[in-house]
Parts: sequence; C-alpha cells; structure tokens
Amino acid sequence: MKKNPKLYLKLFTSTFYLSAFTFGGGYVIVPLMKKKFADDLHWIEEKEMIDLAAIAQSAPGPIAVNAAILVGYRIAGVLGALTTIIGTVLPPFVILAVISLFYQAFATNLWVAALLQGMQSGVAAVIADVVFSMAGGVIKEKKWLPVLIMIGVFVANYFFGVNVILLILICGVIGAISSYYESKSRKERGA
Amino acid sequence: MIYLELFWSFFQVGLFSIGGGYAAMPLIQTQVVDQHAWLTLNEFIDVITISQMTPGPIGINSATFVGIKIAGIGGALVATLGCVLPSCIIVLTLAHFYFKYQNLTAVRGILNGLRPAIIAMIASAGLSILLSASFAGGVLPASLADVSWIGILLFLAAFFILKKWKLNPVWVMIGCGIIGMFLYRFFGIPGR
Repeated sequence: MKKNPKLYLKLFTSTFYLSAFTFGGGYVIVPLMKKKFADDLHWIEEKEMIDLAAIAQSAPGPIAVNAAILVGYRIAGVLGALTTIIGTVLPPFVILAVISLFYQAFATNLWVAALLQGMQSGVAAVIADVVFSMAGGVIKEKKWLPVLIMIGVFVANYFFGVNVILLILICGVIGAISSYYESKSRKERGA
Repeated sequence: MIYLELFWSFFQVGLFSIGGGYAAMPLIQTQVVDQHAWLTLNEFIDVITISQMTPGPIGINSATFVGIKIAGIGGALVATLGCVLPSCIIVLTLAHFYFKYQNLTAVRGILNGLRPAIIAMIASAGLSILLSASFAGGVLPASLADVSWIGILLFLAAFFILKKWKLNPVWVMIGCGIIGMFLYRFFGIPGR
C-alpha cells in the first residue's frame, strides 16, 4: 500500500469516527473496526483482524486504544500507529475536557447533585449485573482454582485493602504456573 | 512535580488494567481516590457514570478529567499520555512476537489466572459504589437516618430490569438519574 498523506488522513478519520461514536467500550469497538478495516476498506484480512483483536484484549490498557495501535501499525508502521492512537484518544479527550469544565460549575447545583446521586444506584446495578454474569461464567467451569482466586482476591482487596497491582502480579504468576502444569499433564496423557 | 505524579499514576493504570472496560476501575480508584485523594469517592463515581454515557475508554476519560481538575489541560495531556504509553510498548511487542511465532499460549495462561482476579476487583470497586449510593458517607450506617432508601430501591429496580429485560445500561442509568433527581430533591440526600 502506498504511504501517502491521504492514507494517514483516512486512518485518522476512520479511527476518530469509530472512537467518537462508539458507546460501550472496547468490546464494541473491536467488531466495528473489523467491519471498517476488513469488510469495507479491505486493508486487513478478516482472520488477521480476529487475531489482532485477541492481542488487543490480552494486552493491558484500553482495548480500543490497543486495537487502534495494532491496526495503524499493521497498515502504515509506527507512524500509522501514532495516527490511529491520536484519532482514538482525541474524541474522549475533548468530550471529557468539556464535561469537566461544566462539572465543576454544575456539581454544586442541587438538581444535578440529586441526578448524579440517583445515577449512582444505576451504575451500581450495571456493575453488579456485569459481575454476576462474569462470576457465573467462572463458577460454571467447575474448576476450583479460579473460584478460589476470585474469593481470595475479593477478600484481600475489599476487606484488607491489599494493593490491586500486587494482586494482579500474584494472580498472573499463578495463572502462568497452573497453565504450564496443565499443558504438561495434558501432553503426558496424550503421549 | 504534579505532572510527573499524574503521569506515573495513570501509567500504572494503563499498565495493569487488563481485560478492558471495568477492569481499569479498581486501579483508577486506588490511584486517584485512595493514594492521592485527587477525587472524592463521590467525584470518582461521577466520572465512572459520565464514562458510561460518553464514548471512549474509562481510563482515558478519567485521565482527562482528573488531569484537568488537578493541573489544567497540561495535566490532562500528561495523564492521558501516561495511560496510553504502556499500551503502545506492550501491544507493539506482543504484535511483533505474534507475527513471528503466531503463538500466544503463555499470554493466555497468565490471562486465565487474571480473569477471576479482575472480576473480584471489579466486584470490590462496585461494592464501594453500591455502598455510596445506598448509605450516607459510603460506609455501613450507624443509624437508620443514614440509610438512603431511595438509593436501595433504585438499585434493586435497576438490577431487576437489567437481569430481566437486558435493557441498555445507559437507559437504566438515565432512568435512575431522572427518578432519583425528583425523589432526592423532594426527600433530600441522606448525609448531605
């Protein structure tokens, strides 16, 4: 593909548009990116796009940003990645900057305070719904280790205030070790 | 050195929020509310609420919001940069190995261990939001006067509606907001 200014402009406008009109976070933007870059523009093959989505979801950081980096890099190298990052970050940046200016002025308003207080219950319900369905998925697998991790981390974090970063590191190591032994025993059984 | 602190805090948020969306929430709460007191718990929940209703990742949204509040537009820029930088480095490295070996088994293993941990941490952050919505000051109440019956009823109704009819979360939150606005204006917000 020829790397002319037009390509970068198209990359920028595509990711800007996707980011500005995608509500609901990373899990929503990835399929939309697939539609845009694989189905509409044919810049990336569909199978490759699925793998890129897997990488975006397994790497740390916002999924939308990760996916944008991968698509930009794949199409136009480091400069392409830079273009798509700016395209993805700019809409939420501008929107939140404007909101934060209003927020300082409006949060003291009694009607706004009452509205936000009411919305807290809604947010709590949304998070509870997400947590229950995700935890249900883990419990249904009927493996004791993930369930144990889930309970242990909740107790450690909520009741004892153990640092979240420390918990993530510990559980990452546990996951790596257990999957190593799992694949080893699977190989021995299979051999 | 507020810029450096903002950058470093959101660098950690970007580096350790794995699994997208809600996974960043407990990390942001730790950095912004618990460690630096840049936002009160109420302001933090407002940012989460706003994030749910606007496009863009929670991490970028809160980096922008906190950055502006603490150090103006420059603060927002460094905080956002801090949030995005770990992604750039790690994603490009992973992509490099992927294109080379086409194999992500080790990464998948780590993720298997992380998934239940992340669910637990989201639950933990969600519980503090629920307490804040239901009780004055966000702690278990000492007296019945500190219980927000409106908050508890709204939560139960919203949870029921989400489970039963799978309504779009944005509408559920707006509904809670509007009903809550009138009820709280009429009966008052406990503790405020």
